[in-house]
Amino acid sequence: MTTPPHLDDDRLTEKGLAPKGAGRILVIGCGALAREILAILDRNGLSHVDLRCLPAILHNHPDRIVPAVRTAVAEADGYDRIFLAYADCGTGGLLEAAAAELGVEMLAGPHCYAFYEGTPDFLARDEIDAFYLTDFLARQFDAFVWKPLGLDRHPELREAYFGNYRTLVYEAQTDDPALTERARDCARRLGLAFERRFTGYGELATALETLDRQ
Amino acid sequence: MSDEDDIVLSELDDEELVQQMHDDLYDGMRPEIEEATHILLDRGWAPYRVLTEALVGGMKIVGEDFRDGILFVPEVLLAANSMKAGMAILKPLLAETGAPTIGKMVIGTVKGDIHDIGQNLVTMMMEGAGFEVLNIGINNPVDKYLDAMKEFDADILGMSALLTTTMPYMKVVIDTMVQMGIRDDYIVLVGGAPLNEEFGKAIGADAYCRDAAVAVETAKTFMARKHNQMSA
Repeated sequence: MTTPPHLDDDRLTEKGLAPKGAGRILVIGCGALAREILAILDRNGLSHVDLRCLPAILHNHPDRIVPAVRTAVAEADGYDRIFLAYADCGTGGLLEAAAAELGVEMLAGPHCYAFYEGTPDFLARDEIDAFYLTDFLARQFDAFVWKPLGLDRHPELREAYFGNYRTLVYEAQTDDPALTERARDCARRLGLAFERRFTGYGELATALETLDRQ
Repeated sequence: MSDEDDIVLSELDDEELVQQMHDDLYDGMRPEIEEATHILLDRGWAPYRVLTEALVGGMKIVGEDFRDGILFVPEVLLAANSMKAGMAILKPLLAETGAPTIGKMVIGTVKGDIHDIGQNLVTMMMEGAGFEVLNIGINNPVDKYLDAMKEFDADILGMSALLTTTMPYMKVVIDTMVQMGIRDDYIVLVGGAPLNEEFGKAIGADAYCRDAAVAVETAKTFMARKHNQMSA
């Protein structure tokens, strides 16, 4: 099945996803969650929910997330309600504070890795030497990890970055053998052990499904 | 085979060679830094002078360009690896020649955090500036910090964190020092990508250092103040 152009990974990484401009509720989310959010909305028949995604690459620049979210909320026009499909995402509580100030709800937990697995389970594991990939990050490994860290030009830096890590944990949202192999290859490139953990959509689905009842 | 445009380091005069070392550090050219370090030593330069003028001077430029967004982490790491290679040659000689020591620092990444790139850079720059540094590595609980500070007879405690989820642990360490009545015996410096000055103040650190160069300058300032207080 071919991916529609607006859900192309490179596009979601750099530009995000524009809203359709129709619906009572607007979800403003990370581009790394676009396909997953649309799948959840679709399977639950949540046609009253519109989606705008900010560029996924903000994941690598947490300091830019809060200003981008503030702008997106200010630009949201004609919706009854806004929901942020972001966790803390490295903002150190600043996104939560901004969301409270703006009067919008958001996802709980530190990262997408946490809410996909279930935040309590994720925190209980306390895996300090695990490096996580999701479906999106496995597909976009080069854009989010390999190139920004300069490993494409200087593979000798791998030890400096990943020498203290032990395992690459691939949290799979879907059953996709080709993507699993891709994630396994990412682990090999980083010199880490590989573990696949099927999570489905986890707390992202739970949170979005409540939009049906409100 | 050498190309006619290649620079022969041994043919450069001292001033040109130091300038070339700054350029080579900037470009992360480790073998060239090692070669030039040996050349300066062979010409009778004191190890401390090679360290400060050639290596630290070069890394200062790298640090400034990193701060200004001209260089990025990979380039800084390559430069640091080159400086480290030069320092490996100088270190035994510095020990023999009794280079000045400004103060002693224990540095480590906090519990739950395995990221050590920043603290390794700080360690190197502090050593280059004349501090003795005990780097206790990653994932340090409060007791490990306290034991190291005592055993090493440290003046300064440096704590590092890369994660927003682990940086609050710095306050646990400082609060424990307060409870034990030893907080004012040490200069506490904190750093790491998600931190800021406000956080440093809120947890009771003496200063937040946004990069390795700032850490060195801050440590020097606090040590000078400490000496002044002691002699007053």
